[in-house]
Amino acid sequence: MAVPCTGKVDLIHMLRAFEKGADGVYVLGCLEGECRYENGNLRARKRVEKAAEILDKVGIGGERVAMYNLSSSEAPQFVRFATEMTERIRRCGPNPIKLAMKKEAA
Amino acid sequence: MIVAKPKPIEEVIDSVKPYDRILLVGCNECVTVCEAGGRKEVGVLASALRMFFMNQGRTVRIDERTIERQCDREYLEELRGDMDGADAVLSLACGVGVQFMAETYFQKPVLPGVDTCFMGGSLERGVWTERCQGCGQCVLAVTGGICPVSRCAKRLFNGPCGGSTKGKCEISKDLDCAWQLIVDRLKELGRLDDYEKLAPIKDWSTERAGGPRTVTREDVRQ
Repeated sequence: MAVPCTGKVDLIHMLRAFEKGADGVYVLGCLEGECRYENGNLRARKRVEKAAEILDKVGIGGERVAMYNLSSSEAPQFVRFATEMTERIRRCGPNPIKLAMKKEAA
Repeated sequence: MIVAKPKPIEEVIDSVKPYDRILLVGCNECVTVCEAGGRKEVGVLASALRMFFMNQGRTVRIDERTIERQCDREYLEELRGDMDGADAVLSLACGVGVQFMAETYFQKPVLPGVDTCFMGGSLERGVWTERCQGCGQCVLAVTGGICPVSRCAKRLFNGPCGGSTKGKCEISKDLDCAWQLIVDRLKELGRLDDYEKLAPIKDWSTERAGGPRTVTREDVRQ
């Protein structure tokens, strides 16, 4: 999901993804202090933390959501974060909601 | 406005557990402003609850609605069509709204989703502070706009107590002494003489301690 600034990403966007069965969500924002809208990426970080808290409380797992910061010129960082996130989600396993939805459909 | 904060989700889950179809209703007024019970918060809570129950292997239907306010029956009537499809209502309105909801939909269990705290305003985003306790007899004209009922820990009416130190209240160094604020303000307004004036004893019967209150305005009644 492409947005003009991670400040546009709201809590509900992240939660809905998990509600629909996503195994993980990561938000990639600009380096802190470099947001062209001043604090969009800082707002996003707060929302990601809140999402993690909620996901922990409902039993899905807060480690499935994460935020990374990088500059758009840092392609190798992007690859590193993508790999790290993939490995993290693999360790978490599939979203229990996805499994529950499959069970219900069967 | 009325300031409320969201209830811990564990508490909400515990109260809605017995039901399979929940109508989650937000309010567009005070609880929207203090980011506790508006449309956005309804969406987030509904999503979280759905995920919790799906994870438990239960399909719990959660319908989301947000009405203008829940303290006027005309707005609550808008929900009448939604009530058949609900086993219970989870209201994110302040205590007033939850109660009006319960009175209007007498046969439906109505549960609160926020903890209502006080009448206050925001100092900055995310920080709300108490300013009014609804004593029913406003004295702000004589106290330079600072309320001794809501801001003095002891609700004193005759000046600071002996615990006032360097402008702070004895109960907490983070709490300003209301009477220090009053004196400072009267000084600023050039009205320090008012401080010495004797005022009639406050009629506390208009306060909550006198029992639940009703305001009747014959001039606006239809």
